[in-house]
Amino acid sequence: MPLKRKPQAYGINYLSGNQLPLARAPPHTPRGKAGTQLAVCVTKLNWRTLFINYLQQLPMKLVRTLLPAVLTCAIAACRPAPTNELVITGSSTVAPLVAELAAAFESQHPGWRIDVQSGGSSRGIRDVRQGLADAGMISRALATDEQDLITHTLAIDGIALIVHADNPLKSLSDDEIRRIYSGDEQTWSALGGHNRPITVINKAEGRATLKVFLAHIELDNRVVEADLIAGENQQVVETVARDPAAIGYVSIGTAKYEMDNGASIKLLLLAGYEATVANVQAGDYPLSRPLNLVTRNEPNEDLAAFMKFWRTPEATEIIQRHYFVPATE
Amino acid sequence: MSRQRNEFWLYFTLASAAGLAGLLLIPVVLLLILESLPLLAPAALWESLTSAAWHPRAGEFGLLAMMVASLLISALALALAAPLGILYAVWLNLYLPRRWTNRLRPLQELLAGIPSVVYGLWGLVVLVPMINSYAPPGASLLAAVLVLALMILPFSALVTDAALQAPIRHRMSAAQALAVSRWGTFRRVLWPEARATIIGGIVLQFGRALGETLAVVMVAGNVVQFPGSLFDPVRTLTANIALEMSYATGTHHTALFLSGLVLMLITLILMFQINRRGVAI
Repeated sequence: MPLKRKPQAYGINYLSGNQLPLARAPPHTPRGKAGTQLAVCVTKLNWRTLFINYLQQLPMKLVRTLLPAVLTCAIAACRPAPTNELVITGSSTVAPLVAELAAAFESQHPGWRIDVQSGGSSRGIRDVRQGLADAGMISRALATDEQDLITHTLAIDGIALIVHADNPLKSLSDDEIRRIYSGDEQTWSALGGHNRPITVINKAEGRATLKVFLAHIELDNRVVEADLIAGENQQVVETVARDPAAIGYVSIGTAKYEMDNGASIKLLLLAGYEATVANVQAGDYPLSRPLNLVTRNEPNEDLAAFMKFWRTPEATEIIQRHYFVPATE
Repeated sequence: MSRQRNEFWLYFTLASAAGLAGLLLIPVVLLLILESLPLLAPAALWESLTSAAWHPRAGEFGLLAMMVASLLISALALALAAPLGILYAVWLNLYLPRRWTNRLRPLQELLAGIPSVVYGLWGLVVLVPMINSYAPPGASLLAAVLVLALMILPFSALVTDAALQAPIRHRMSAAQALAVSRWGTFRRVLWPEARATIIGGIVLQFGRALGETLAVVMVAGNVVQFPGSLFDPVRTLTANIALEMSYATGTHHTALFLSGLVLMLITLILMFQINRRGVAI
């Protein structure tokens, strides 16, 4: 008796162009053409029906999975809403400080919620103008086209020139800094350093640190010849710590913090003054800037309460821990 | 009756899912165009596209140097990574004993899964100081190219590897029976069949390279200029947006959206060109 082969349905494998069996008949399938085909049909249909069933059940499934989540949210919404709420956005230099102040304030005053978001000084200005935030944080004084806002100085921050720890240089005058940043001075040797070409690190356009720095050395950003442009303070520190010939400038707070964490950088003396919190506080250190909160109108009651908190000893201690100088009224 | 209705719902669900994926592009493009509208006047646009001077505070928004840098970095990275990736996949599939193949394959998947910030950090901490000791400042076109190539390499290997599977399954035995050499098998049998898939996948990687931001910001130096050599720092269009977006107001903000629009148009044009013509190799 000749060996009978079961008839099978064939499909195209689209990768190879080969014909492949689409489905195998289950083992209990009765012999014979009709039976096999039926089995193939069933196998084929099953997948589709399963999928369609799944789609049909999807809404119910979604309800079943989402309902607990919705209920949880509803319960959460029923909790007593915070009695006082503040939104403060802006400078990434000021944000960590304000966030910590806010946390300390919240723990003293239950029911308060202060939402601090970082995103640059320009965002702080924009959000206050559009009414998206109660106050904006900016790490500089107001520009001439921003005089419609009111500033409240929280602290003062110095900007330090930093070089690699192995650089023998100790101090720079304003004129020397100007020559370095305008490209007149190409190597360290003329300034009393080692004989290496200077890697000049500048900050990206729009950053408050850049504005304060350029205003101090009286240079237009168009004549600055930088070898590297960094966005964040950390990137400046990171680069200087790995390049013995680099020079950059960052907030004293950032520099000290990174040095505490082992970054091999050195803060230069500026006009004979060491870059320390004490010198900034005394007003001797020439390169400093106010860290401000800005508002559109006179601060409302909530904000005024928070601002009063800045002057307490607890807040002063937090500000000093961030290497900033608490502002006096 | 009910089966027809089922079919309708099935079709409806799938079609709307597919349509939605395509339609998502429209609001993105619209937003980019709307936000960069003030600079889309012919004179201002021409000025932006042909000038290399980027001084936002002085009202100069030249994008040319950054466009060149973006294209140059991506092209060089691709030129480095694509051949290596293809050769690696060929070696993996045709030359390596099978048990090693299966152990090595997860490794490249692991490499492909590393987030770009990690590559950037590695570039900043290891690669840049290395280049710096040879030719300061270190953060340069070369560093960006190397980091990007490293990021693309596992993907071009994966794409090639996947594209070779089907032809290997169906043609390998025949080629072996005819005593064709391994390289001959690849060159004359597998490559013609898998070429379209491989090149398509690698072109996608070019788009990825153009769009890569984080790693490039960390290692490219970000100075707006035409690179005079491989060791000069450059700024790409994506780096420009990432560096300045949160600090920009007014026209500066607009110019950054224009950067995004230009970048997207460059990507689209390249994709269309390559898809239409194909690449003859």
